[in-house]
Amino acid sequence: MTSTLARTGVIKPDPKDPSPLRIDEVLVRKMLVLFIRDETTKAGLKRAVVGVSGGVDSAVTVALAGEALGPENVLGLFTPYRHSSAESRAHAKALATKLGFTLEEVPITKQIEAYFADNGGDTAHRVRVGNKMARERKSIEYDRSWPDGLVIGTSNKTELLLGYGTQFGDMACAINPIGDLYKTQLRELATHLGIPGEIVRKPPTAELWVGQTDEDELGFTYADADLILYHMVDRRLRPSELIAAGFDAALVARIREMVRKSHYKRVMPLIAKVSLRTIGHDFLYPRDWEAD
Amino acid sequence: MSLRIAVAQCSPALGAVKRNLDMHRTWIARAREAGAQLVVFPELSLTGYYLKDLAADVACAADDAQLAPLAEASRDLDVSAGFVERSADAKLHIAQGYWSKGRLVHVHRKVYLPTYGIFDDGRYFGPGDRFEPFTSAAGTVGVAICEDLWHVSTPYLYAAAGATIVLAPSASPGRGVAEGGDLGTAESCRLMDRFYAQYLTLYVAFVNRVGHEDGIAFWGGSEIVAPDGTVVARAKEFEEELLVGEIDTELVGRERARNPLLRDEREDLVLRNIAGRLGLPLERRD
Repeated sequence: MTSTLARTGVIKPDPKDPSPLRIDEVLVRKMLVLFIRDETTKAGLKRAVVGVSGGVDSAVTVALAGEALGPENVLGLFTPYRHSSAESRAHAKALATKLGFTLEEVPITKQIEAYFADNGGDTAHRVRVGNKMARERKSIEYDRSWPDGLVIGTSNKTELLLGYGTQFGDMACAINPIGDLYKTQLRELATHLGIPGEIVRKPPTAELWVGQTDEDELGFTYADADLILYHMVDRRLRPSELIAAGFDAALVARIREMVRKSHYKRVMPLIAKVSLRTIGHDFLYPRDWEAD
Repeated sequence: MSLRIAVAQCSPALGAVKRNLDMHRTWIARAREAGAQLVVFPELSLTGYYLKDLAADVACAADDAQLAPLAEASRDLDVSAGFVERSADAKLHIAQGYWSKGRLVHVHRKVYLPTYGIFDDGRYFGPGDRFEPFTSAAGTVGVAICEDLWHVSTPYLYAAAGATIVLAPSASPGRGVAEGGDLGTAESCRLMDRFYAQYLTLYVAFVNRVGHEDGIAFWGGSEIVAPDGTVVARAKEFEEELLVGEIDTELVGRERARNPLLRDEREDLVLRNIAGRLGLPLERRD
Protein backbone atom coordinates (compact mmCIF):
# COMPACT_ATOMS: atom_id res chain seq x y z
CA MET A 1 0.00 0.00 0.00
CA THR A 2 2.82 2.37 0.84
CA SER A 3 4.43 1.85 -2.54
CA THR A 4 1.09 2.47 -4.26
CA LEU A 5 0.69 5.75 -2.47
CA ALA A 6 4.24 6.74 -3.32
CA ARG A 7 3.65 6.10 -6.98
CA THR A 8 0.30 7.83 -7.28
CA GLY A 9 1.57 10.98 -5.64
CA VAL A 10 2.53 14.04 -7.65
CA ILE A 11 5.49 13.21 -9.89
CA LYS A 12 7.89 16.09 -9.77
CA PRO A 13 10.12 16.57 -12.80
CA ASP A 14 13.72 16.62 -11.62
CA PRO A 15 16.73 16.24 -13.94
CA LYS A 16 18.52 14.36 -11.14
CA ASP A 17 15.70 11.88 -10.48
CA PRO A 18 15.38 9.10 -13.07
CA SER A 19 13.05 7.04 -10.84
CA PRO A 20 9.84 7.93 -12.74
CA LEU A 21 11.20 5.82 -15.62
CA ARG A 22 11.30 2.67 -13.54
CA ILE A 23 8.92 -0.08 -14.63
CA ASP A 24 7.34 -3.18 -13.16
CA GLU A 25 9.40 -5.65 -15.25
CA VAL A 26 7.34 -8.70 -14.31
CA LEU A 27 4.14 -7.05 -15.49
CA VAL A 28 5.70 -5.59 -18.65
CA ARG A 29 7.22 -8.95 -19.58
CA LYS A 30 3.85 -10.65 -19.21
CA MET A 31 2.04 -7.99 -21.27
CA LEU A 32 4.57 -8.04 -24.10
CA VAL A 33 4.71 -11.83 -24.34
CA LEU A 34 0.91 -11.98 -24.53
CA PHE A 35 0.93 -9.17 -27.11
CA ILE A 36 3.32 -11.03 -29.42
CA ARG A 37 1.49 -14.34 -29.03
CA ASP A 38 -1.97 -12.90 -29.51
CA GLU A 39 -1.20 -10.59 -32.42
CA THR A 40 0.84 -13.26 -34.25
CA THR A 41 -1.70 -16.05 -33.94
CA LYS A 42 -4.58 -13.68 -34.75
CA ALA A 43 -2.83 -12.91 -38.04
CA GLY A 44 -2.91 -16.65 -38.70
CA LEU A 45 0.88 -16.94 -38.35
CA LYS A 46 3.18 -18.76 -35.97
CA ARG A 47 6.78 -17.66 -36.51
CA ALA A 48 8.68 -14.50 -35.70
CA VAL A 49 11.59 -12.99 -37.61
CA VAL A 50 13.82 -10.59 -35.70
CA GLY A 51 16.88 -8.72 -36.89
CA VAL A 52 19.46 -9.49 -34.19
CA SER A 53 22.26 -6.94 -34.13
CA GLY A 54 23.91 -7.91 -30.87
CA GLY A 55 22.44 -4.82 -29.21
CA VAL A 56 20.05 -4.59 -26.29
CA ASP A 57 16.86 -3.68 -28.20
CA SER A 58 16.91 -6.70 -30.48
CA ALA A 59 18.08 -8.89 -27.58
CA VAL A 60 14.97 -7.97 -25.57
CA THR A 61 12.73 -8.41 -28.62
CA VAL A 62 14.08 -11.82 -29.54
CA ALA A 63 13.84 -13.01 -25.92
CA LEU A 64 10.19 -11.92 -25.69
CA ALA A 65 9.39 -13.50 -29.07
CA GLY A 66 10.93 -16.78 -27.90
CA GLU A 67 8.83 -16.76 -24.73
CA ALA A 68 5.71 -15.98 -26.71
CA LEU A 69 6.04 -18.43 -29.58
CA GLY A 70 8.71 -20.87 -28.44
CA PRO A 71 12.36 -20.34 -29.49
CA GLU A 72 11.92 -22.98 -32.21
CA ASN A 73 9.54 -20.55 -33.94
CA VAL A 74 11.91 -17.61 -33.83
CA LEU A 75 14.41 -16.83 -36.58
CA GLY A 76 17.11 -14.33 -35.70
CA LEU A 77 18.95 -12.72 -38.60
CA PHE A 78 22.41 -11.28 -38.13
CA THR A 79 23.11 -9.22 -41.27
CA PRO A 80 26.65 -7.87 -41.11
CA TYR A 81 28.23 -5.30 -43.41
CA ARG A 82 31.97 -5.46 -43.92
CA HIS A 83 32.73 -3.09 -41.04
CA SER A 84 30.36 -4.79 -38.55
CA SER A 85 32.29 -5.67 -35.42
CA ALA A 86 33.31 -9.13 -34.26
CA GLU A 87 31.86 -8.19 -30.88
CA SER A 88 28.37 -7.73 -32.39
CA ARG A 89 28.58 -11.17 -34.01
CA ALA A 90 29.76 -12.73 -30.74
CA HIS A 91 26.90 -11.10 -28.81
CA ALA A 92 24.28 -12.24 -31.37
CA LYS A 93 25.65 -15.79 -31.19
CA ALA A 94 25.76 -15.79 -27.40
CA LEU A 95 22.10 -14.76 -27.33
CA ALA A 96 21.08 -17.52 -29.73
CA THR A 97 22.89 -20.10 -27.61
CA LYS A 98 21.37 -18.79 -24.39
CA LEU A 99 17.80 -18.37 -25.69
CA GLY A 100 17.69 -21.30 -28.12
CA PHE A 101 16.43 -19.55 -31.27
CA THR A 102 17.90 -20.18 -34.72
CA LEU A 103 20.41 -17.52 -35.77
CA GLU A 104 21.35 -17.14 -39.42
CA GLU A 105 24.03 -14.87 -40.78
CA VAL A 106 23.15 -13.10 -44.02
CA PRO A 107 25.90 -10.67 -45.05
CA ILE A 108 24.77 -7.56 -46.96
CA THR A 109 28.15 -6.25 -48.15
CA LYS A 110 27.93 -7.62 -51.70
CA GLN A 111 24.61 -6.08 -52.66
CA ILE A 112 25.27 -2.73 -50.95
CA GLU A 113 28.63 -2.38 -52.70
CA ALA A 114 27.21 -3.51 -56.04
CA TYR A 115 24.50 -0.86 -55.79
CA PHE A 116 26.78 2.00 -54.83
CA ALA A 117 29.37 1.00 -57.48
CA ASP A 118 26.82 2.24 -60.04
CA ASN A 119 25.12 4.89 -57.90
CA GLY A 120 27.56 7.32 -56.38
CA GLY A 121 30.47 5.06 -55.60
CA ASP A 122 32.79 6.24 -52.85
CA THR A 123 31.27 9.74 -52.93
CA ALA A 124 27.92 8.54 -51.56
CA HIS A 125 27.23 10.23 -48.23
CA ARG A 126 27.51 7.83 -45.28
CA VAL A 127 23.90 8.58 -44.32
CA ARG A 128 22.81 7.35 -47.77
CA VAL A 129 24.82 4.17 -47.36
CA GLY A 130 23.54 3.71 -43.80
CA ASN A 131 19.91 4.12 -44.87
CA LYS A 132 20.44 1.69 -47.73
CA MET A 133 21.88 -0.85 -45.32
CA ALA A 134 18.96 -0.49 -42.92
CA ARG A 135 16.47 -0.99 -45.76
CA GLU A 136 18.40 -3.93 -47.17
CA ARG A 137 18.32 -5.62 -43.78
CA LYS A 138 14.59 -5.09 -43.45
CA SER A 139 14.03 -6.38 -46.97
CA ILE A 140 15.80 -9.60 -45.97
CA GLU A 141 13.73 -9.91 -42.78
CA TYR A 142 10.51 -9.57 -44.78
CA ASP A 143 11.76 -12.10 -47.33
CA ARG A 144 12.55 -14.59 -44.59
CA SER A 145 9.20 -14.07 -42.89
CA TRP A 146 7.38 -15.73 -45.79
CA PRO A 147 5.15 -17.77 -45.65
CA ASP A 148 4.12 -18.06 -41.99
CA GLY A 149 6.15 -15.50 -40.05
CA LEU A 150 5.83 -11.94 -38.85
CA VAL A 151 8.62 -9.34 -38.77
CA ILE A 152 8.91 -8.13 -35.18
CA GLY A 153 10.10 -4.54 -34.75
CA THR A 154 12.99 -3.51 -32.52
CA SER A 155 12.60 0.30 -32.40
CA ASN A 156 12.25 1.67 -28.89
CA LYS A 157 10.17 4.68 -27.84
CA THR A 158 13.21 6.97 -27.61
CA GLU A 159 14.27 6.27 -31.21
CA LEU A 160 10.71 6.49 -32.48
CA LEU A 161 10.10 9.85 -30.80
CA LEU A 162 13.43 11.33 -31.86
CA GLY A 163 13.06 9.93 -35.37
CA TYR A 164 16.45 8.31 -34.87
CA GLY A 165 15.98 5.51 -37.37
CA THR A 166 15.53 4.85 -41.07
CA GLN A 167 11.99 5.08 -42.40
CA PHE A 168 11.04 1.76 -44.05
CA GLY A 169 14.37 0.46 -42.74
CA ASP A 170 14.91 -0.45 -39.10
CA MET A 171 11.64 1.33 -38.24
CA ALA A 172 9.61 -1.05 -40.43
CA CYS A 173 7.84 -4.06 -38.92
CA ALA A 174 4.53 -5.88 -38.62
CA ILE A 175 4.28 -5.51 -34.86
CA ASN A 176 6.52 -3.83 -32.32
CA PRO A 177 6.53 -5.05 -28.72
CA ILE A 178 9.06 -2.50 -27.41
CA GLY A 179 7.94 0.75 -29.09
CA ASP A 180 6.28 2.05 -25.91
CA LEU A 181 9.40 1.65 -23.76
CA TYR A 182 12.27 4.12 -23.49
CA LYS A 183 15.87 2.94 -23.89
CA THR A 184 16.44 3.24 -20.14
CA GLN A 185 13.38 1.09 -19.47
CA LEU A 186 14.53 -1.49 -22.02
CA ARG A 187 17.84 -1.84 -20.24
CA GLU A 188 15.94 -2.50 -17.02
CA LEU A 189 13.74 -5.08 -18.77
CA ALA A 190 16.81 -6.66 -20.44
CA THR A 191 18.45 -7.25 -17.08
CA HIS A 192 15.23 -8.80 -15.76
CA LEU A 193 15.13 -11.10 -18.83
CA GLY A 194 18.67 -12.26 -18.11
CA ILE A 195 20.29 -10.63 -21.15
CA PRO A 196 24.08 -10.72 -20.58
CA GLY A 197 25.40 -7.60 -18.86
CA GLU A 198 27.93 -6.77 -21.58
CA ILE A 199 25.06 -6.44 -24.09
CA VAL A 200 23.01 -4.29 -21.72
CA ARG A 201 25.91 -2.02 -20.78
CA LYS A 202 27.75 -1.49 -24.09
CA PRO A 203 27.33 1.87 -25.89
CA PRO A 204 24.37 1.65 -28.30
CA THR A 205 25.30 1.84 -31.98
CA ALA A 206 23.61 1.27 -35.33
CA GLU A 207 27.07 0.41 -36.78
CA LEU A 208 26.16 2.19 -40.00
CA TRP A 209 29.70 3.51 -40.19
CA VAL A 210 32.92 2.79 -38.35
CA GLY A 211 33.03 4.26 -34.85
CA GLN A 212 29.39 5.42 -34.87
CA THR A 213 27.66 5.45 -31.50
CA ASP A 214 24.14 6.73 -30.87
CA GLU A 215 25.03 9.06 -28.04
CA ASP A 216 27.99 10.63 -29.92
CA GLU A 217 25.85 11.23 -32.96
CA LEU A 218 22.87 12.55 -31.00
CA GLY A 219 25.05 14.73 -28.78
CA PHE A 220 23.22 13.75 -25.59
CA THR A 221 22.74 10.63 -23.49
CA TYR A 222 19.74 8.32 -23.52
CA ALA A 223 19.44 8.85 -19.77
CA ASP A 224 18.95 12.60 -20.26
CA ALA A 225 16.73 12.28 -23.35
CA ASP A 226 14.51 9.61 -21.81
CA LEU A 227 13.75 11.65 -18.72
CA ILE A 228 12.85 14.71 -20.79
CA LEU A 229 10.73 12.66 -23.19
CA TYR A 230 9.00 10.88 -20.31
CA HIS A 231 7.90 14.12 -18.66
CA MET A 232 7.06 15.79 -21.99
CA VAL A 233 5.22 12.91 -23.67
CA ASP A 234 3.96 10.54 -20.97
CA ARG A 235 3.22 13.21 -18.35
CA ARG A 236 2.28 16.01 -20.81
CA LEU A 237 4.52 18.67 -19.24
CA ARG A 238 5.24 21.76 -21.32
CA PRO A 239 8.87 22.57 -22.20
CA SER A 240 8.63 25.73 -20.07
CA GLU A 241 7.67 23.63 -17.04
CA LEU A 242 10.65 21.34 -17.60
CA ILE A 243 13.03 24.28 -17.89
CA ALA A 244 11.57 25.80 -14.71
CA ALA A 245 12.23 22.45 -12.99
CA GLY A 246 15.93 22.68 -13.86
CA PHE A 247 16.21 20.77 -17.14
CA ASP A 248 18.70 22.15 -19.66
CA ALA A 249 16.80 24.64 -21.82
CA ALA A 250 18.80 24.01 -25.00
CA LEU A 251 18.44 20.26 -24.68
CA VAL A 252 14.70 20.47 -24.03
CA ALA A 253 14.28 22.69 -27.11
CA ARG A 254 16.44 20.43 -29.25
CA ILE A 255 14.57 17.27 -28.26
CA ARG A 256 11.18 18.93 -28.73
CA GLU A 257 12.26 19.99 -32.23
CA MET A 258 13.56 16.51 -33.10
CA VAL A 259 10.18 15.08 -32.14
CA ARG A 260 8.36 17.63 -34.29
CA LYS A 261 10.59 17.29 -37.34
CA SER A 262 10.47 13.51 -37.38
CA HIS A 263 6.74 13.12 -36.93
CA TYR A 264 6.28 12.17 -40.59
CA LYS A 265 8.21 8.97 -39.88
CA ARG A 266 5.68 7.85 -37.28
CA VAL A 267 2.53 8.13 -39.37
CA MET A 268 1.22 6.57 -42.57
CA PRO A 269 2.01 8.44 -45.81
CA LEU A 270 -0.34 11.33 -46.57
CA ILE A 271 -3.04 10.61 -49.13
CA ALA A 272 -4.62 13.49 -51.06
CA LYS A 273 -8.29 13.48 -50.10
CA VAL A 274 -10.47 13.78 -53.19
CA SER A 275 -13.11 11.05 -52.92
CA LEU A 276 -16.12 10.69 -50.64
CA ARG A 277 -14.21 8.36 -48.34
CA THR A 278 -10.46 8.22 -47.93
CA ILE A 279 -8.36 5.35 -46.58
CA GLY A 280 -6.94 6.20 -43.21
CA HIS A 281 -9.11 9.29 -42.76
CA ASP A 282 -12.74 8.25 -42.77
CA PHE A 283 -12.34 4.68 -43.99
CA LEU A 284 -11.32 3.43 -40.58
CA TYR A 285 -11.27 -0.25 -39.85
CA PRO A 286 -9.25 -1.91 -37.11
CA ARG A 287 -6.23 -3.84 -38.27
CA ASP A 288 -7.34 -6.79 -36.14
CA TRP A 289 -10.49 -7.06 -38.27
CA GLU A 290 -11.39 -10.74 -37.92
CA ALA A 291 -13.18 -13.12 -40.24
CA ASP A 292 -16.55 -14.40 -39.10
CA MET B 1 -30.76 -16.56 0.00
CA SER B 2 -27.66 -17.24 -2.00
CA LEU B 3 -27.36 -16.65 -5.73
CA ARG B 4 -24.59 -17.79 -7.95
CA ILE B 5 -23.31 -15.33 -10.58
CA ALA B 6 -20.86 -16.19 -13.35
CA VAL B 7 -18.63 -13.66 -15.06
CA ALA B 8 -17.41 -14.63 -18.53
CA GLN B 9 -13.96 -13.05 -18.72
CA CYS B 10 -13.54 -13.91 -22.39
CA SER B 11 -11.77 -12.57 -25.49
CA PRO B 12 -14.28 -11.77 -28.27
CA ALA B 13 -13.13 -11.74 -31.90
CA LEU B 14 -13.28 -8.26 -33.43
CA GLY B 15 -16.14 -7.95 -35.91
CA ALA B 16 -16.90 -11.70 -36.02
CA VAL B 17 -20.42 -11.93 -34.61
CA LYS B 18 -21.14 -15.54 -35.58
CA ARG B 19 -17.96 -16.79 -33.99
CA ASN B 20 -18.71 -14.76 -30.91
CA LEU B 21 -22.23 -16.18 -30.68
CA ASP B 22 -20.72 -19.67 -30.65
CA MET B 23 -18.26 -18.52 -28.01
CA HIS B 24 -21.20 -17.20 -25.92
CA ARG B 25 -23.00 -20.53 -26.15
CA THR B 26 -19.91 -22.31 -24.88
CA TRP B 27 -19.45 -19.98 -21.91
CA ILE B 28 -23.17 -20.06 -21.09
CA ALA B 29 -22.98 -23.86 -20.99
CA ARG B 30 -20.00 -23.64 -18.65
CA ALA B 31 -21.87 -21.20 -16.41
CA ARG B 32 -24.86 -23.53 -16.36
CA GLU B 33 -22.61 -26.43 -15.36
CA ALA B 34 -21.19 -24.29 -12.59
CA GLY B 35 -24.71 -23.82 -11.26
CA ALA B 36 -24.96 -20.10 -11.99
CA GLN B 37 -28.33 -18.35 -12.21
CA LEU B 38 -26.84 -15.45 -14.19
CA VAL B 39 -23.89 -15.14 -16.55
CA VAL B 40 -22.54 -11.69 -17.46
CA PHE B 41 -20.39 -10.98 -20.53
CA PRO B 42 -18.17 -7.92 -21.03
CA GLU B 43 -18.92 -4.77 -23.06
CA LEU B 44 -19.59 -5.48 -26.75
CA SER B 45 -18.97 -9.16 -26.14
CA LEU B 46 -20.73 -10.17 -29.35
CA THR B 47 -18.74 -7.82 -31.60
CA GLY B 48 -15.43 -6.82 -30.01
CA TYR B 49 -14.68 -3.29 -28.81
CA TYR B 50 -12.43 -1.20 -31.11
CA LEU B 51 -14.78 -1.59 -34.05
CA LYS B 52 -14.33 1.81 -35.70
CA ASP B 53 -16.28 1.70 -39.01
CA LEU B 54 -17.09 -1.97 -38.37
CA ALA B 55 -19.65 -0.72 -35.83
CA ALA B 56 -22.17 -0.05 -38.58
CA ASP B 57 -21.45 -3.43 -40.21
CA VAL B 58 -22.17 -5.47 -37.08
CA ALA B 59 -25.08 -3.43 -35.69
CA CYS B 60 -28.54 -4.90 -35.33
CA ALA B 61 -31.87 -4.10 -33.70
CA ALA B 62 -32.36 -5.41 -30.19
CA ASP B 63 -35.06 -7.79 -31.49
CA ASP B 64 -32.98 -8.99 -34.46
CA ALA B 65 -33.12 -12.72 -35.19
CA GLN B 66 -29.33 -12.72 -34.98
CA LEU B 67 -29.62 -12.42 -31.18
CA ALA B 68 -32.21 -15.21 -30.89
CA PRO B 69 -29.63 -17.79 -29.74
CA LEU B 70 -29.06 -15.71 -26.60
CA ALA B 71 -32.77 -15.61 -25.85
CA GLU B 72 -32.90 -19.34 -26.41
CA ALA B 73 -29.94 -19.94 -24.10
CA SER B 74 -31.55 -17.85 -21.35
CA ARG B 75 -34.41 -20.27 -20.68
CA ASP B 76 -32.77 -21.70 -17.56
CA LEU B 77 -30.26 -19.02 -16.59
CA ASP B 78 -30.15 -15.27 -17.20
CA VAL B 79 -27.70 -13.87 -19.72
CA SER B 80 -26.27 -10.34 -19.95
CA ALA B 81 -24.25 -9.68 -23.13
CA GLY B 82 -23.02 -6.73 -25.20
CA PHE B 83 -23.85 -5.83 -28.79
CA VAL B 84 -24.08 -2.85 -31.14
CA GLU B 85 -27.71 -1.78 -31.22
CA ARG B 86 -29.16 0.01 -34.23
CA SER B 87 -32.11 1.98 -32.92
CA ALA B 88 -35.38 2.42 -34.81
CA ASP B 89 -34.12 5.84 -35.94
CA ALA B 90 -30.82 4.33 -37.15
CA LYS B 91 -28.52 5.47 -34.35
CA LEU B 92 -25.77 3.15 -33.21
CA HIS B 93 -25.45 2.43 -29.49
CA ILE B 94 -23.11 0.39 -27.34
CA ALA B 95 -25.74 -1.82 -25.70
CA GLN B 96 -25.94 -4.48 -23.03
CA GLY B 97 -28.94 -6.79 -23.31
CA TYR B 98 -30.40 -8.86 -20.49
CA TRP B 99 -32.16 -12.07 -21.49
CA SER B 100 -34.22 -14.11 -19.06
CA LYS B 101 -36.59 -17.07 -19.46
CA GLY B 102 -36.22 -17.03 -23.20
CA ARG B 103 -36.72 -13.33 -23.89
CA LEU B 104 -34.99 -9.97 -23.87
CA VAL B 105 -36.10 -8.08 -20.77
CA HIS B 106 -33.85 -5.03 -20.71
CA VAL B 107 -31.35 -3.07 -22.81
CA HIS B 108 -28.98 -0.48 -21.40
CA ARG B 109 -27.36 1.92 -23.85
CA LYS B 110 -23.97 3.24 -22.74
CA VAL B 111 -24.47 6.84 -21.65
CA TYR B 112 -20.89 8.04 -21.26
CA LEU B 113 -18.92 7.51 -24.47
CA PRO B 114 -15.22 8.13 -23.80
CA THR B 115 -13.71 10.11 -26.66
CA TYR B 116 -10.21 10.95 -25.48
CA GLY B 117 -6.89 9.20 -25.04
CA ILE B 118 -7.13 5.74 -26.59
CA PHE B 119 -10.94 5.91 -26.75
CA ASP B 120 -13.06 7.08 -29.67
CA ASP B 121 -16.60 5.94 -28.75
CA GLY B 122 -18.20 9.30 -29.50
CA ARG B 123 -17.11 9.20 -33.13
CA TYR B 124 -19.01 5.99 -33.83
CA PHE B 125 -21.86 5.80 -31.31
CA GLY B 126 -24.73 7.82 -29.94
CA PRO B 127 -25.17 8.11 -26.17
CA GLY B 128 -27.88 6.42 -24.13
CA ASP B 129 -30.12 8.74 -22.16
CA ARG B 130 -31.18 6.87 -19.03
CA PHE B 131 -30.17 4.78 -16.06
CA GLU B 132 -33.04 2.42 -15.46
CA PRO B 133 -32.82 -0.41 -12.95
CA PHE B 134 -34.81 -3.58 -13.57
CA THR B 135 -35.68 -6.71 -11.64
CA SER B 136 -33.89 -9.97 -12.31
CA ALA B 137 -32.72 -13.22 -10.80
CA ALA B 138 -29.90 -11.29 -9.14
CA GLY B 139 -32.13 -8.66 -7.54
CA THR B 140 -32.71 -5.10 -8.73
CA VAL B 141 -30.03 -4.54 -11.33
CA GLY B 142 -28.41 -1.41 -12.74
CA VAL B 143 -26.13 -1.77 -15.76
CA ALA B 144 -23.14 0.58 -16.10
CA ILE B 145 -21.11 -0.05 -19.23
CA CYS B 146 -17.40 0.66 -18.65
CA GLU B 147 -17.09 4.49 -18.70
CA ASP B 148 -20.60 4.76 -17.18
CA LEU B 149 -19.13 3.42 -13.96
CA TRP B 150 -16.36 6.02 -13.89
CA HIS B 151 -19.02 8.69 -13.45
CA VAL B 152 -19.93 8.80 -9.77
CA SER B 153 -23.52 9.78 -10.56
CA THR B 154 -24.22 6.49 -12.37
CA PRO B 155 -24.05 4.06 -9.45
CA TYR B 156 -25.52 6.78 -7.23
CA LEU B 157 -28.62 7.07 -9.42
CA TYR B 158 -28.96 3.30 -9.55
CA ALA B 159 -28.66 2.98 -5.78
CA ALA B 160 -31.16 5.79 -5.27
CA ALA B 161 -33.59 4.02 -7.60
CA GLY B 162 -33.36 0.80 -5.61
CA ALA B 163 -30.61 -1.23 -7.28
CA THR B 164 -29.00 -3.88 -5.11
CA ILE B 165 -26.42 -4.86 -7.70
CA VAL B 166 -24.56 -2.92 -10.37
CA LEU B 167 -23.32 -4.93 -13.33
CA ALA B 168 -20.38 -3.22 -15.01
CA PRO B 169 -19.60 -4.92 -18.32
CA SER B 170 -16.33 -3.36 -19.49
CA ALA B 171 -13.62 -3.37 -22.13
CA SER B 172 -10.92 -1.84 -19.99
CA PRO B 173 -7.46 -1.47 -21.56
CA GLY B 174 -4.56 -2.12 -19.22
CA ARG B 175 -2.05 0.72 -19.05
CA GLY B 176 0.43 2.12 -16.59
CA VAL B 177 3.38 -0.11 -15.77
CA ALA B 178 5.36 2.07 -13.37
CA GLU B 179 7.30 0.30 -10.67
CA GLY B 180 5.79 0.06 -7.22
CA GLY B 181 2.15 -0.73 -7.54
CA ASP B 182 -0.48 -2.50 -9.50
CA LEU B 183 -1.28 -2.04 -13.18
CA GLY B 184 -2.47 1.58 -13.30
CA THR B 185 -5.94 0.80 -14.65
CA ALA B 186 -6.42 -2.08 -12.21
CA GLU B 187 -5.79 0.20 -9.25
CA SER B 188 -8.42 2.66 -10.43
CA CYS B 189 -11.02 -0.01 -11.13
CA ARG B 190 -10.57 -1.80 -7.81
CA LEU B 191 -10.82 1.48 -5.96
CA MET B 192 -14.10 2.27 -7.76
CA ASP B 193 -15.63 -1.16 -7.28
CA ARG B 194 -14.95 -1.25 -3.59
CA PHE B 195 -15.91 2.36 -2.95
CA TYR B 196 -19.24 2.10 -4.75
CA ALA B 197 -20.06 -1.26 -3.20
CA GLN B 198 -19.33 -0.17 0.34
CA TYR B 199 -20.71 3.37 0.29
CA LEU B 200 -23.81 2.66 -1.77
CA THR B 201 -24.21 -0.67 0.08
CA LEU B 202 -24.80 -2.82 -2.98
CA TYR B 203 -23.02 -5.49 -4.99
CA VAL B 204 -20.73 -4.46 -7.82
CA ALA B 205 -19.82 -6.96 -10.54
CA PHE B 206 -16.98 -5.63 -12.67
CA VAL B 207 -16.91 -7.75 -15.83
CA ASN B 208 -13.83 -7.11 -17.93
CA ARG B 209 -12.50 -8.86 -21.01
CA VAL B 210 -9.04 -10.03 -22.04
CA GLY B 211 -7.18 -10.34 -25.35
CA HIS B 212 -5.78 -7.70 -27.71
CA GLU B 213 -7.25 -5.40 -30.33
CA ASP B 214 -4.76 -3.47 -32.46
CA GLY B 215 -2.10 -3.84 -29.78
CA ILE B 216 -4.35 -2.68 -26.95
CA ALA B 217 -4.42 -5.21 -24.08
CA PHE B 218 -7.59 -5.75 -22.08
CA TRP B 219 -6.48 -6.68 -18.60
CA GLY B 220 -9.27 -8.83 -17.15
CA GLY B 221 -9.25 -8.80 -13.34
CA SER B 222 -13.05 -9.07 -13.17
CA GLU B 223 -14.43 -9.05 -9.63
CA ILE B 224 -17.54 -9.21 -7.55
CA VAL B 225 -17.50 -6.92 -4.52
CA ALA B 226 -20.04 -7.18 -1.69
CA PRO B 227 -21.81 -4.27 0.05
CA ASP B 228 -19.49 -4.64 3.03
CA GLY B 229 -16.51 -4.04 0.76
CA THR B 230 -15.24 -7.60 0.66
CA VAL B 231 -14.13 -9.08 -2.63
CA VAL B 232 -16.33 -12.12 -3.18
CA ALA B 233 -14.35 -13.34 -6.17
CA ARG B 234 -11.66 -11.94 -8.44
CA ALA B 235 -10.42 -13.30 -11.78
CA LYS B 236 -6.85 -13.50 -13.02
CA GLU B 237 -5.33 -10.69 -15.03
CA PHE B 238 -4.92 -11.01 -18.84
CA GLU B 239 -6.27 -14.59 -18.96
CA GLU B 240 -9.65 -16.01 -19.85
CA GLU B 241 -11.61 -17.24 -16.85
CA LEU B 242 -15.15 -18.12 -15.86
CA LEU B 243 -15.40 -16.39 -12.50
CA VAL B 244 -18.13 -17.67 -10.20
CA GLY B 245 -19.24 -15.87 -7.06
CA GLU B 246 -22.02 -16.21 -4.52
CA ILE B 247 -24.28 -13.30 -3.76
CA ASP B 248 -26.04 -13.22 -0.40
CA THR B 249 -29.29 -11.39 -1.13
CA GLU B 250 -29.77 -10.67 2.58
CA LEU B 251 -26.43 -8.93 2.94
CA VAL B 252 -27.65 -5.73 1.28
CA GLY B 253 -30.39 -5.45 3.90
CA ARG B 254 -28.05 -6.23 6.77
CA GLU B 255 -25.47 -3.71 5.61
CA ARG B 256 -28.13 -1.04 5.11
CA ALA B 257 -29.46 -1.67 8.62
CA ARG B 258 -25.99 -1.28 10.04
CA ASN B 259 -25.00 1.57 7.82
CA PRO B 260 -28.18 3.38 6.59
CA LEU B 261 -26.46 5.82 4.26
CA LEU B 262 -29.05 5.38 1.53
CA ARG B 263 -31.99 5.72 3.93
CA ASP B 264 -30.58 9.05 5.07
CA GLU B 265 -29.62 10.25 1.61
CA ARG B 266 -31.19 13.64 0.77
CA GLU B 267 -32.16 13.22 -2.86
CA ASP B 268 -34.34 16.31 -2.63
CA LEU B 269 -31.28 18.39 -1.72
CA VAL B 270 -29.32 16.90 -4.60
CA LEU B 271 -32.17 17.65 -6.96
CA ARG B 272 -32.71 21.23 -5.73
CA ASN B 273 -29.02 21.93 -5.85
CA ILE B 274 -28.62 20.75 -9.43
CA ALA B 275 -31.91 22.23 -10.64
CA GLY B 276 -30.96 25.56 -9.12
CA ARG B 277 -27.53 25.56 -10.65
CA LEU B 278 -28.87 24.66 -14.09
CA GLY B 279 -31.76 27.15 -13.78
CA LEU B 280 -34.36 24.41 -14.15
CA PRO B 281 -37.83 24.99 -12.71
CA LEU B 282 -38.61 22.72 -9.81
CA GLU B 283 -42.18 22.28 -8.79
CA ARG B 284 -42.73 21.47 -5.18
CA ARG B 285 -45.32 18.88 -4.44
CA ASP B 286 -46.48 19.27 -0.88
